Amino acid sequence: MKPGDFVEARRRLEEKPRTSGEKLTTLMDAVGRVMDGDHVAIGGCLFSRTPLALLMELLRQRKRGLTISRNLMCYEGEWFMAAGAVETIVTSWFGIGLPWGLSKIMREKVEGGVVRFEEWSHLGLGLRYRAAAMGVPFLPTLTMLGSDLMGVTQTKTMSCPFTGETLCLVPALFPDVALLHVHRADRLGNCVIDGYPHMDADIAGAATTVLVTAEKIISEEEVRRYPDRTVIPGFVVDALVEVPYGAFPHECYGLYEADFTHFDAYVAEIKSKGIRAVEEYLDRYVHGAPSHQEYLALFGEERLARQAGYARELVGRS
Amino acid sequence: MSYSPSELLAVTAARQLFGVTSVFAGVGIPLLSAVLAQKTHAPGLTIVVEGGTIGPQILPGRLPISTNEMRGAYRAQMLPGITDTFLYAQRGFLDVGFVGGAQIDRYGNLNSSVVGPFKTPKVRLPGSGGANDIASLCRQIIVVTMHERRRFVPKVDFVTSPGFLNGGDSRSQSGLLFGRVSRIVTNLGILGFDEQTKVVRLEGLNPGASVKEVTENTGFDLLIPDRIPVTKPPQEAELDLLRSLDPERNFL
Repeated sequence: MKPGDFVEARRRLEEKPRTSGEKLTTLMDAVGRVMDGDHVAIGGCLFSRTPLALLMELLRQRKRGLTISRNLMCYEGEWFMAAGAVETIVTSWFGIGLPWGLSKIMREKVEGGVVRFEEWSHLGLGLRYRAAAMGVPFLPTLTMLGSDLMGVTQTKTMSCPFTGETLCLVPALFPDVALLHVHRADRLGNCVIDGYPHMDADIAGAATTVLVTAEKIISEEEVRRYPDRTVIPGFVVDALVEVPYGAFPHECYGLYEADFTHFDAYVAEIKSKGIRAVEEYLDRYVHGAPSHQEYLALFGEERLARQAGYARELVGRS
Repeated sequence: MSYSPSELLAVTAARQLFGVTSVFAGVGIPLLSAVLAQKTHAPGLTIVVEGGTIGPQILPGRLPISTNEMRGAYRAQMLPGITDTFLYAQRGFLDVGFVGGAQIDRYGNLNSSVVGPFKTPKVRLPGSGGANDIASLCRQIIVVTMHERRRFVPKVDFVTSPGFLNGGDSRSQSGLLFGRVSRIVTNLGILGFDEQTKVVRLEGLNPGASVKEVTENTGFDLLIPDRIPVTKPPQEAELDLLRSLDPERNFL
């Protein structure tokens, strides 16, 4: 969809079959709704609440020609590059974090011209999702002005009709699909998130199709008892799957901390073997573990429990 | 008292926060500096981190690696969405923004996007993240960086985060009506800017550093005034605090 095309975005939403009922399904069925060439927006941020179970199923189904967007892109971006599944990355930042250095895989693919890296400022990208969630073509902002990011993105400037000052306009980003991992949801898709909300609610509102995994399915009664905790209403959600540890080894606020030792090992393998290390990783963790239970078994219960313990310390509920 | 270049950097940066009420800080040295300031001369300092944290206190030994994880939310006062966090800066609530970059030029512009041309980069760097937003929206921007010739270049390959753009009043001409880069804090000293031209000027030397060392590590001609004060060396209490925050020396 063209950036900012709110008319087309509205039309697509109106054409979708609608249901106010059951959203629960399987990972395979949920991800089956993603088409080759789609723009897939990923929730969470960097290594927090990344919808890894959904992303791995997307790789298992070998979708092609994707555009993926995320505010800060972690190594899941490398997986899609290594799998040859992505053409364009839309983000403000790509890496894991300072201790792990630059992404070798991303450098190879982007510097080699195989994958396009579309860079926005963090707020710029956030406002693009928000404009889309608002159903409007763009939002004005004071960020990005004067920088070279203006020249490499679809921003425009305008003179403010009220004050005459120069404004940066960022076009709404309407993803075809949003992938999100939340703490809890009822079977109708009403979603509850603990801790950092990141950009998930905006991404959900922006996308045509919204696929969600939840750590836990809760009762409709529990949602009605604490309606102020619902951040995404059921009518926004298309498919929902219960996946405990659905973001592991990334973190899920209050439930498990990111497993940095796993990141260390992953990056060390890439340092010695390059892109082959990612292919082997996908063979083992994605294609070699067809269900999320089998995937988690590769880490072992002890490790899951250890990371859960770290999380309890940090949120003061030990 | 011996200390590493990054410890010196963290202490000098922390001292810039005297009288400051809120700071937008990235992870690593900037966050360490902000926590040090909070625990010493700026007890009322509210730290804001772009992943969506307002007012964290940070558990010693559990420094966040990213801007958006539980470690960074420890005893925080609020966890807003990321977009909303930046909007507090756009509205003008954030006194100081700490930023860094792979390259910085004589007008304080920062590059964290590419070495070489954008479309065919020699090195594709991680990108802006929130650096552009912090540099565009906070009232005062303080750059925190190691002082190396390969970083201090005459002109950045790509302006990821705006300093004074082409100098003079070009920053405000571009629509950036608010905010300015006030200082560049390095392991060698403190740099500021000429009021008119907005060219980098040496304003302080760290203990043991010389003007020669600064010019040798700067890839452009910077303004050197006749008298340059020497900064106070890091004190034992400051170093002890820093080291207790980062005992494994992940960042120091």
